[in-house]
Amino acid sequence: MSESVDIRLTVNGQAVARRVAARQSLVDFLREELGLTGTRAGCEHGVCGACTLRLDGAIVRACLLFAAQLDGASIETIEGLSRSGEIADLQAAFHQHNALQCGFCTAGILVAAAALLRRGGVPSRAEIRDFLSGNYCRCTGYHAIIDAVEATCRARAGKSAP
Amino acid sequence: MLTPARETRRARWEDVLKAPSFAYLRASSLAQVFDALAEHGEDARILAGGQSLVPALNMRLSEPRLLIDINPIAALTGIERRGGMLRIGALTRHSEVGASPLVARLAPLIHQAIPHIAHPAIRNRGTFGGSLAQADPAAELPACVLALDAVLHLASRRGERAVSARDFFRALYETALAPDEVITAIDVPVAPQGTRSVFVELARRRGDYALVGLAAEAREVGLRLVFFGVGNKPVEAGAASAALAAGITAERIAAAQAALARDLDPPGDLQADGATKLHLARVLLGRAARALMAA
Repeated sequence: MSESVDIRLTVNGQAVARRVAARQSLVDFLREELGLTGTRAGCEHGVCGACTLRLDGAIVRACLLFAAQLDGASIETIEGLSRSGEIADLQAAFHQHNALQCGFCTAGILVAAAALLRRGGVPSRAEIRDFLSGNYCRCTGYHAIIDAVEATCRARAGKSAP
Repeated sequence: MLTPARETRRARWEDVLKAPSFAYLRASSLAQVFDALAEHGEDARILAGGQSLVPALNMRLSEPRLLIDINPIAALTGIERRGGMLRIGALTRHSEVGASPLVARLAPLIHQAIPHIAHPAIRNRGTFGGSLAQADPAAELPACVLALDAVLHLASRRGERAVSARDFFRALYETALAPDEVITAIDVPVAPQGTRSVFVELARRRGDYALVGLAAEAREVGLRLVFFGVGNKPVEAGAASAALAAGITAERIAAAQAALARDLDPPGDLQADGATKLHLARVLLGRAARALMAA
C-alpha cells in the first residue's frame, strides 16, 4: 500500500503509464496529467454528471473514481468519442437544436446520451429524460437537449420526426 | 505607474480542497483484505463502488488512512441460484442486478427497486453490498433486503457469519458489520409462486434519495411493508400490514393508512417535516395496496 501508485491504462485507445497520488481523482488525472480537458470537474461529488465518461465501455462519474484504481482499465472521454466519429450525428443534432449554451455540461451529456443511443431503438421522451436525469444543465431548460437526443435516436432508427 | 504582475498561475488540483491523503491498497484476495483490516481497523475503509464513500472523502466527512480497494476481487461478484436462495455477490453492480433475468424472476422486488437508485452512471459503479454497508436510511436496497428477510454473509480473519437483515441495520448508518469485517454475499429467499411485489418512492427529482419510499411484498403467508426515508433505518409497518391481513379492500386500505401512525414516527429533515412524511407514507401505502390488489 502506498500514497502513490503506478498505473497503466488505455485512454482513447492510447497506452498511458503514470505514477499518481492515491487521492487524485480520475477527472483531475485526465485534465491535469493528460491535458484532456473535455471531461469537466463540476460538483465533484457525483451529482452533476459533467465528468461522465466511459470506463471499460460503461458510463461512470470520473469524480467518484481515483486514477489509482484504473490500472488495466480502458477509458474513453469526449475527446475519443469525438475523434472516432461515433457521436458526430449527436453533436450535429445538439448544434442544430441549440441544445447547449455555456457548454460546461455538454460533454457529459453527450457521453451519457451516447450510452442511451447504443441501446438502439427509439426511447420515449420520458425515457430520455429519465436516462439523462443524472446530468445537470443550468442553461437550456433541457427541452432542446431532449429534442436533439430524440432526433438522433429517430435518425439512427431510420424514422423521421413525428 | 506600475502595478504588480497579477498571479496568473491556475490552481493545480492539489491546491484545491480534495480528498484527504490516504494510502491505497489494491486487494486481489479476501485474505489480503482481512489482513489489512485486522492491522488497520477503523483507520481503513473498504472501497467498493465508491458512490457514497468518495463524495464523503471529497467533502472530508471521512478521512481514512487507508483505502482497501476490493474491486479486483472477482469472487465477490455474480448472481446465482442456490436452492431456495438467490445469492448476490456483495460487489455486484446495481446495473448488473437490474439487468439480471434471475433477479427479475426470483426477486422481483429488487428488480423493481434498482431503477430508483440514482442514475445510470452511478448504477454502473455502485454495488449491492456497498449500499447495505452504507445503510443510508433513505436508500432502496436496505428496505428491500429487510422486506425479503435476506441474509448477509460477513467475513473477517476471525471467520464467517451470517446475519439476518433484521439484525444487520442498527441505527443511522450503523450496522452489525465489525470494523474488521466485509460483506461477501447476500442470500435472498426465492419469491414463491404467486408473490406480488410493489416498490414505490417519492423524490423531488428523479434519482435523488427518497423523501419516503415503500417496499411491499405480498405472499400467501403475509404482507410485508417496509418504509424507508422515515426513520434512522428501514421501518417495518406491522400495524398497517395487519390491517390488510384479511385481504386488500378499499375500506381496509383506509384502515391501514390510519394504522400507519402506530408504525411510523418520521423525524423531519431538510426536505419535509415529520407530518408531511407520514402523509406521504400513507399516499404510497394507498398506491402500493391498490397495485397489489390489481396484481
